[in-house]
Amino acid sequence: MSGAGDSEIRELYRSLILDHARSPRHFGRMEEPTHTADGINPLCGDKLEVFISVQDDTIADVSFEGKGCAISLASASMMSERIIGQSVNDAISDIELVSQSLSGESAETLPGKLEALKGVREYPSRVKCATLAWHALRAAITKDRAVATTE
Amino acid sequence: MLAEEQSISTADRLRADFPALHQSVNGRPLVYLDSAASAQQPSSVIDAVAHYARHDHANVHRGVHTLSHRATDAYEGARDKLAGFINANSRREVVFTSGTTEAINLVAQSFVRPKAGPGDKILITHMEHHANIVPWQMVCEQTGAELVVAPIDGSGTLDTDALYALMDERVLLVGVVHVSNALGTINPVEDIIREAHARDIPVLVDGAQGVPHKTVDVQALDCEFYTFSGHKMFGPTGTGVLYGKEALLEAMPPYQGGGDMILEVSFDKTLYNELPYKFEAGTPNISGFVGLGAAVDYLLDVGLDTVSELENELLEYMTARLAELDGIRLIGTADNKASVQSFILSDIHPHDLGTILDHQGVAIRTGHHCAMPVMQFFDVPGTARASLALYNNRDDVDQLVAALKVAQEMFA
Repeated sequence: MSGAGDSEIRELYRSLILDHARSPRHFGRMEEPTHTADGINPLCGDKLEVFISVQDDTIADVSFEGKGCAISLASASMMSERIIGQSVNDAISDIELVSQSLSGESAETLPGKLEALKGVREYPSRVKCATLAWHALRAAITKDRAVATTE
Repeated sequence: MLAEEQSISTADRLRADFPALHQSVNGRPLVYLDSAASAQQPSSVIDAVAHYARHDHANVHRGVHTLSHRATDAYEGARDKLAGFINANSRREVVFTSGTTEAINLVAQSFVRPKAGPGDKILITHMEHHANIVPWQMVCEQTGAELVVAPIDGSGTLDTDALYALMDERVLLVGVVHVSNALGTINPVEDIIREAHARDIPVLVDGAQGVPHKTVDVQALDCEFYTFSGHKMFGPTGTGVLYGKEALLEAMPPYQGGGDMILEVSFDKTLYNELPYKFEAGTPNISGFVGLGAAVDYLLDVGLDTVSELENELLEYMTARLAELDGIRLIGTADNKASVQSFILSDIHPHDLGTILDHQGVAIRTGHHCAMPVMQFFDVPGTARASLALYNNRDDVDQLVAALKVAQEMFA
């Protein structure tokens, strides 16, 4: 492929993204999650279900299931790797950081492999693909918090 | 060969009429293959809208001043053109709406809802656009009626025998798409209307993808309602038409209340305006319909037979070229098709395909095409869809195929 913008598309579909899209980590239903939530992208109809297991304020396990494009699968896969073992509060700050950084609201670099997701910043219509799993994770965590507060 | 050369030069001549096509996207000449979502506008439409805004704009049907007369003449002139375009018996049968969606909602609420109740049925097909599904689901929720869906087969062809078998005495209306936006299937609406009428069932045809590609004669079809959108036939967005048989429209209550749809208002009683104004509450999209009138002129000038011929030849070429690709799955392979080809390429998600193609200047639609039940039937999250209009040529198709090969390399 030649022409302008090739570096951006290579950046978007870099090998790390394609690798995670082809073989997503932590893909599948969790036996006994403490919380789950769906993420739906109405633009394309893609749907991911995120499962988490919270033990003593630590996210002991994360998995996900569903259909999606390379960007949304890779993002969900890298998210799972990143979040496992984090405290709930750290996970929430990562969610904020990722959504703000990918939407261009913040210029902060993303930690570790997540930096690979930043290629979507050049593609406004694809930012939602990359943040889909993160939105679902937030929904899963905060739903529990609401329940916890009521209790 | 000579005929082929002539048709190619016709397409190139027509292409020159559409300024938006002559630009680069991401450093490549634009290849626009998304006309089924929204078609580009010829200069004559753009100029008509601009001329109206520069010289003739005022509110319609109200003022006694000169500009108001001009605006009314331009707006009502468009109605005459649209009535002629679909061969309506009368301009009173041509109701202006914001698009196909509003036209179907109008029929749902003003024609079907008042007579629907538990046990009644509304019959549609499995290949409908959401615009011909959701308005009926709403009526069903409101009245207790039931939505019944006729099946399609693996090629995307409607099972008409099954459809006819579902036409029982409780069916209040059959809603059927003329040309499927997701599959390209042309439905045998003449036969469907005849069979429905044999059982005294009225028929609404969703013609959003019908009118840009073939001659539509509502009197020959004899359908009760025919709906379409301006922006799929080279006109402005926010314009559409509900054609309805006069006697039915006459008997229907208004869809929305407001100005322009009344003859006389007091706090005791309101006398509704005559057709078609009864269904056009509020100040309409005047400039949009002026543009749509110009689009009708354009299409009639080119000739819908020429349009069909060009598109059919190109669709055949596109389908053959796509079929050459390794790992392609064509979705929508009915015998009788128009201008659209949906497909899946290898295991590449349609959304990723769309982005990679855009990078090469190729615009296609990806996703569910507002026809999620069709996607469910074919068990895919969505498809990539290339759609043709009178301005596309073989070079566009070649660019599409080349861009798809690049995507395959990237995902290899």
